[in-house]
Amino acid sequence: MSAREVADVAVVGGGPAGLTAATEIRRAGAARVVLLDREAEPGGIPRHAKHQGFGLRDLHRAMSGPRYAARLAEEADRIGVELRTETQVTGWDAHGALEVTEPGGRRVLDARAVVLATGCRERPRSARLVPGSRPQGVMTTSTLQQLVYLRHDRPGRRAVVVGAEHVSFSALLTLSHGGARAIAMTTEQPRHQTLGAFRAGAALRFRAPLHTRTSLSAIHGRPRVEAVELTDLDTGATRDVECDLVVFTADWIPDHELAILAGVELDPLTRGPAVDAGLRTSRPGVFAAGNVLHGAETADVAALDGRHVAAAVARHLDGDEWPAARIPIRCEPPIGWIAPNAVDAREGTEGVPPRDRFLLRAEARLDRPRVEITQGGSQLWAGRLRWLDPGRSMAVPTEWTAAIDPNGGTVTVRLGAG
Amino acid sequence: MSARSPSDGSYDVAIVGAGDVGTAIARELAGFDLRIALIEAGPDVGAGTSKANTAILHTGFDAKPGSLEARLVARGHDLLLAYAEEVGIPIERTGALLVAWDSEQHGRFGAITENAEACGYGKIREVGVDELYRREPHLGPGAVGALEVPDEHIVCPFTPPLAFASQAVLAGVDLRRSEPVTALERADSDGWTVETARGTVTAGWIVNAAGLRSDEVHRMAGHEGFTVTPRRGELIVFDKLSRPLVNHVLLPVPTETTKGVLVAPTVFGNVMLGPTAVDIERKDDTSSTAEGLAYLRSLGDRLVPELAEQEVTAVYVGLRAATEHSDYQVGVDGKQRYAWAGGIRSTGLTGSMAIAEHVRDELDRAGLALRETPEALPELHMPNIGEAGPRPYAEANRIAEDPDYGRVVCFCERVTRGEIRDAARSPVPPADLDGLRRRTRALMGRCQGFFCAAHVAGLLAELSDRDVAEITEVPE
Repeated sequence: MSAREVADVAVVGGGPAGLTAATEIRRAGAARVVLLDREAEPGGIPRHAKHQGFGLRDLHRAMSGPRYAARLAEEADRIGVELRTETQVTGWDAHGALEVTEPGGRRVLDARAVVLATGCRERPRSARLVPGSRPQGVMTTSTLQQLVYLRHDRPGRRAVVVGAEHVSFSALLTLSHGGARAIAMTTEQPRHQTLGAFRAGAALRFRAPLHTRTSLSAIHGRPRVEAVELTDLDTGATRDVECDLVVFTADWIPDHELAILAGVELDPLTRGPAVDAGLRTSRPGVFAAGNVLHGAETADVAALDGRHVAAAVARHLDGDEWPAARIPIRCEPPIGWIAPNAVDAREGTEGVPPRDRFLLRAEARLDRPRVEITQGGSQLWAGRLRWLDPGRSMAVPTEWTAAIDPNGGTVTVRLGAG
Repeated sequence: MSARSPSDGSYDVAIVGAGDVGTAIARELAGFDLRIALIEAGPDVGAGTSKANTAILHTGFDAKPGSLEARLVARGHDLLLAYAEEVGIPIERTGALLVAWDSEQHGRFGAITENAEACGYGKIREVGVDELYRREPHLGPGAVGALEVPDEHIVCPFTPPLAFASQAVLAGVDLRRSEPVTALERADSDGWTVETARGTVTAGWIVNAAGLRSDEVHRMAGHEGFTVTPRRGELIVFDKLSRPLVNHVLLPVPTETTKGVLVAPTVFGNVMLGPTAVDIERKDDTSSTAEGLAYLRSLGDRLVPELAEQEVTAVYVGLRAATEHSDYQVGVDGKQRYAWAGGIRSTGLTGSMAIAEHVRDELDRAGLALRETPEALPELHMPNIGEAGPRPYAEANRIAEDPDYGRVVCFCERVTRGEIRDAARSPVPPADLDGLRRRTRALMGRCQGFFCAAHVAGLLAELSDRDVAEITEVPE
């Protein structure tokens, strides 16, 4: 039989969102806060992202990924969060408690509140249905970083990087640390999706030519990658590029298995749990924060989600009633997704989302789009944004949520006329 | 290792090829007083055609009546089912539904049922549309009826050859891996000289179970009669979250040339779609194609439309050892002391144990001295890697006894450090990460190594006392 234990709050996932959530929930006064992380060390992805620039928005200073991960874990530990590593939550029992496997045993953890902070991952080559051989030397950024920074391997010499988001440029840096040269970077979009300065700096330092509107259409070689085929999406022209390493970056998918097993409603576009501004899911007592909600934001943004969720968790522990009804926020193509994507339908209880903004993405790059948000026949908000992008979020203001009619049905985000 | 295991490279029998068929033959012959070599070109057993099949335990209902394949598949089905129970090969008794999508296909139900009966399988029954959709509520619209084949089940494709090989090795069979056979020569009337990439061994008898290369080995032994043309089969494996969408093996109505594309659950809790069937030139070309994958996806969308929304976990390509003949090519030349089992296309996993029995009997008839050993084959319990049975991460007692079973290292598939250690210490340890995957499911899941590849590689190297670079080499 599995041992049973209880806690006030269980936080699942020890990355920036989970660590920060646990710290802030504990700081707000919850007695027993348990953080469950399946890795041997807490910290999540930043543990093996060695570049600088972590912590800007949450800690207001810049540090390396490993340093940032360690700092968040130390803070959680210092304030009395119970950090349990090598601890995997494998599911939920019939009473809504977490089923847990750890070296100390198989247990059931019954918590009054659960925060899912399980993060997201890059779609691997197979999920992208890239045809060709299945050779060695094909990996995601995360695997590359683990090989280079945790195992000190030299994974290849000539790399092709698929994707041109923030993470793709951090893959460039990792490649250079691992002794490899990026000979090409591809994106199906018409431009890269990172900060201009970051992109310019990386281009200068690593000289990886960026091929826009280009797909990686096949992989050749066995047992090791020998070449990839690139297709120009506008002309259909193909060409082979010799390389011995292919890094698939970005194309994020939330690690949402536990959310699905919990039966919480998923947002069809983000594929993460649908949450309201308090980061409450559709299931009472279950919250979600960070990149499990949607494709990746930077670590500090995920951490601020964690900080934000603490308030709603505290209210829940104080006996605040769970919203019985929620109003979904839906997007029409080419809008990609919005987060948060549900509204607490109780009159006057809706707070503001993390960082007082909605995050909005598009299916493909749009310049100066006019966006409108409506409910039924009435317009809640309309405005022209500088851009919308599939790989980077644009902030949308939140004041329009005050005008939502609790009985007015679905809120819709679409491109406006003109 | 048993005392009869020779160290001087001379054997009574050398089996060439350690796929489903070769390992089954090795296990079968291990019960006799023989010095046996099981010689495999690749770094692992079951790592060629055997690792990328549709993982179905066939009844043989659609085989050609009177053929060797029909007989051996029917017998092999029962043998493997019993053996699976004995040693712990994951099987789920799902049964199959053969679905007709138009009246022409429906019109062939009678012939299919008659064919099955002629093959000795009489348990097919027709299922009406209502019952079909009740049992498969996620099936796409437009089905007009189905035949139920209650004994077509799903089986772990990886454990059977590992079990056969493990039992053979425990009984003293000499498994020689990464040792492609380059030439066979009749030394004298007493046997053969086998040249391999690593040296020379001698053997009284040769058994050719070389799969895709069985025709080449056949010619090395001085025989003609069949040529293998690899037939590519691409398979798409969907995320575990799609498992509730499919309850049975969903078969199409077969055509003259192919069994067609099926949708089935896997014993690992995924849903599988495939295979395509295209004859190709090269026996090492396990590439997937844009056309093949697009074809499968479009077919999947029609068969189970909700699959379109599901994430793809993996794409596999298997090459079936098709020949110009429709039946298995199995025989013995007693004078030459040479036996062969080639042209085993799609049903080799199901047929393997019956093929082994058949080859044993043929060898016996041809004059190989078969004296049973007094001791039975060593008992074997394979680690369970199927979803239907208990797995270490969920077993409180095992974790209490050994904390390494509570140390999950491959998160998606919930593989523990204890299982990786066990694999590294097993009778047939993995040569590389691919081999570890087939033994434990590590790296087989939805993240394909995003979280754990580096760690698992390091762990396997550490636990098997080898270099990481060695174990990350991908086999030919």
